Amino acid sequence: MLTGIAFYLFSAVLIGAALMVIASRNPVHSVLFLILAFFNAAALFILLGAEFLALILLIVYVGAVAVLFLFVVMMLDIEFAELKRGALQYLPFGGLVGVILAAELVLVGIGALVPNAGSLVPHATPGHLTNTEALGRVLYTDYVYYFETAGLILFVAMIGAIVLTLRHKPGVRRQKIALQNARDPKLAIELVDVQPGQGGA
Amino acid sequence: MQVGLANYLAVAAILFTVGVLGIFLNRRNVIIILMSIELILLSVNINFVAFSAFLGNLTGQVFALFVLTVAAAEAAIGLAILVVYFRNRGTIAVETVNLMKG
Repeated sequence: MLTGIAFYLFSAVLIGAALMVIASRNPVHSVLFLILAFFNAAALFILLGAEFLALILLIVYVGAVAVLFLFVVMMLDIEFAELKRGALQYLPFGGLVGVILAAELVLVGIGALVPNAGSLVPHATPGHLTNTEALGRVLYTDYVYYFETAGLILFVAMIGAIVLTLRHKPGVRRQKIALQNARDPKLAIELVDVQPGQGGA
Repeated sequence: MQVGLANYLAVAAILFTVGVLGIFLNRRNVIIILMSIELILLSVNINFVAFSAFLGNLTGQVFALFVLTVAAAEAAIGLAILVVYFRNRGTIAVETVNLMKG
């Protein structure tokens, strides 16, 4: 009973927040609604017994991705009113596609699974293990190569983001360490033989 | 009020549709489109975790973890491309992204 109430509450807020993400005028509001949606999705994960994934979702999305989105939204100086002009131009076609897609997906999901869906009870983790421990046992044994590939993907993404956004401004004085280390007295000191009575210059 | 697998699948389907709708309706702001992609990937993750929980198989959660990884990488790269594009053109409207169309 309590699980049902929680499920419907979190689902309703999740879908409402998702709708506000795409309907909001201000991109900053969109990002904040995206954070709300991710919080509710994490709550759904906890209802399903996937605690580790729920907390990873919070850390990765709310902690990293959403903050990245906020940074970019605030860094780009965009006219928000300009962005929404003509937004409803595609509403009839998009709405038609959306309604058809939702109807098909829900029909397939419910139609295919109604006979045995009610009897199943979520049990994400076998027996005595916690969710995190069980997930770790699977992840670090059967899927260890995939795990390392995931690390490689993140590495490539990091390098790619740096390469894309790094730029060398002209006119900026930078420290050239190799040049500094290569200095020796012959380059650094100039001996001038000054004649008596002639002065420097 | 028994919450079964179908309920979770329905929520994920609605969320997926909202994401697709966001891509369709927003022709001016790339950031909203990137967020719509995040919503779509989130709905896929809900499907994975729901099946994993109801079938008692942890592989779904492992795969959801990988989807999460790829989604994070995609967001980082996409936003970096967006920053570079804004630097070059001064706008992020989708309709103006036709420079290469000849």
